[in-house]
Amino acid sequence: MGRYFAIRIGRAALTIILVVTFAFVVLRLSGDPALMILGPEAPPEVIAAFRKAWGLDDPIWMQYVDYFGAIAKGELGRSMRDGRPAIELVLERIPSTLALTLPAFAFKVALGIPAGIYAALHRGSAIDRAVMITAVAGFTVPSFVLALLLVLVFAVQLGWLPSGGQESWRHAILPIATLGLGGAAVLARFTRSAMLEVLGQPYIRTASAKGVPWRKVVTAHALPNAAIPTVTILGFMVGTLIAGAVVVESVFAWPGVGRLLVVAVANRDLAVVQCILLLVALTMVTSNLIVDFLYGFLDPRLRAKGAHA
Amino acid sequence: MPPLVSIQGLSVAFNGMPVLRGVDLTLQKGEALGLVGESGSGKSVTWLAALGLLPRHAQVSGSVRLDGRDILGAPAAELDQVRGGRVAMIFQDPASALNPVLTIRKQLCESLALHRDLSGEAVKAEARRLLDLVGIPDAARRLSAYPHEFSGGQVQRIMIAMALAGNPDLLVADEPTTALDATIQAQILELLASVRREMGMAMVLISHDLGVVAENCDRVAVMYAGRIVEEAPANQLFADPVHPYAQGLIGALPPLDGPRRRLTAIPGTVPDPAMMPSGCAFAPRCALATEQCTPAAPSLAPIADGRTVACVRAETARRALLGVAAE
Repeated sequence: MGRYFAIRIGRAALTIILVVTFAFVVLRLSGDPALMILGPEAPPEVIAAFRKAWGLDDPIWMQYVDYFGAIAKGELGRSMRDGRPAIELVLERIPSTLALTLPAFAFKVALGIPAGIYAALHRGSAIDRAVMITAVAGFTVPSFVLALLLVLVFAVQLGWLPSGGQESWRHAILPIATLGLGGAAVLARFTRSAMLEVLGQPYIRTASAKGVPWRKVVTAHALPNAAIPTVTILGFMVGTLIAGAVVVESVFAWPGVGRLLVVAVANRDLAVVQCILLLVALTMVTSNLIVDFLYGFLDPRLRAKGAHA
Repeated sequence: MPPLVSIQGLSVAFNGMPVLRGVDLTLQKGEALGLVGESGSGKSVTWLAALGLLPRHAQVSGSVRLDGRDILGAPAAELDQVRGGRVAMIFQDPASALNPVLTIRKQLCESLALHRDLSGEAVKAEARRLLDLVGIPDAARRLSAYPHEFSGGQVQRIMIAMALAGNPDLLVADEPTTALDATIQAQILELLASVRREMGMAMVLISHDLGVVAENCDRVAVMYAGRIVEEAPANQLFADPVHPYAQGLIGALPPLDGPRRRLTAIPGTVPDPAMMPSGCAFAPRCALATEQCTPAAPSLAPIADGRTVACVRAETARRALLGVAAE
């Protein structure tokens, strides 16, 4: 078991290093922060001073070594725009983002999983087909299209809800719905196919042949097995809690981590972008580790394998 | 004596495709009945249909009486009492027949809780006793193990223990040894025979292995293309089969003693359910078929005490058997 997790933690660390390195290289090759922040009309000596101050004149490998050296000391750099520590800027945006992504996550789980289970149990029924059509639509419509559609209907036409901003809880409804509907569709599809797979297994017939009432066959025998593939997709969704709302935050002018990321990328505010990416990589990798752990908990066969690995 | 189970005109169709075309079968208390035939002949479907275990899109008709009470299409709550309580069933592939994420204790105690008035410690004690009974060593400890920690033969033993948990009057064993190797097969059959003796339980042994059926059953029914074509006491069927299909099956078995002879094979294949010939389904493969065989399918007719056959030659066979008896 220990080795099983040591391997996974090692792999997780490697993933984070790769993500950060990739971001580092791409950001530095794709635009000059001095020009972005100071503007094209800035005098050359100001630009030169800015570059020197932020170490942008150093060869890229030296910047890279400095960057990792700083991370090792727990320093994630300062924003080039206002000089504040990048981590501070990011952390103060996290509650705003979570105010959207956490309710959206709850919405996905509360709607997607029961819908998937119901569709599987009533395969071929009108409701199953309705769930599947909705799920495919939710799956394929990009979130910005859905967001604009919701704004058009509920903000412009009906005037029930505001179309953007963060003044009240009512401002959160449309962004949460946008995030939640798409996710619920994905989850419903996954849950349905996981359930169908499990319901076709011989042990389900065994349970019925024992005289277990159908409700209990579903809850005690089918669901624990169907949970295994569903946890994979849930883990992925937990991984996107921090920065999964980039598009939606932009459309609804919601001041969360996603919007900060868009602005920081546009300005080539390197430290901020890297800080966010590091955070995203960390949450992704952590949620993957949790999923691996849950697999062991849900499936005794994997537990045994882990113990021997 | 009224029969334990009486099946009349049981028919099953999947999406309009008939797979069971009027099965009549009775079973006495404590009796061991063998059900033989090729795969797809409807052996398993007969019992899955009788117990309401087929998928919902299956169309089932006919009647299945258990102690005189029709259970076909009975309400779910009543069927749940029958399944596991009066009629237990074990299946071919033990490896996938137990729930992989639940312990043996959970799966065994579930049956006990459903069908026996036991609670608390008594359930656990009974679970241990059942595992002991089916020959799982170290039962107390093994109860907390998961199915993947047992071998195929052991899992089938656990399935038998689960089947016995409700003290059923009938155990339907659907190819219980097909997935196991020969020595384990013999052990499982021996176990089935011994629990049957002990509990006075009736058994339906579904198998395509004629040897297994010959050794373990009092009576045998031969199925072909969704119908029973011959039914007889086991010794008589194997000594003197009447239906050409039964003759073909038994002729394909190598004799253990006597001179070596060429084994016969039945030519052709089982007809596609979508293109069932009119009349006798076996006629296209039958060496003895005549134009008499095509207009209508012959129904089961008695040819001797406890023997029936569905063949146009039944009457001839009946006279022949009587003639033999008169001599």
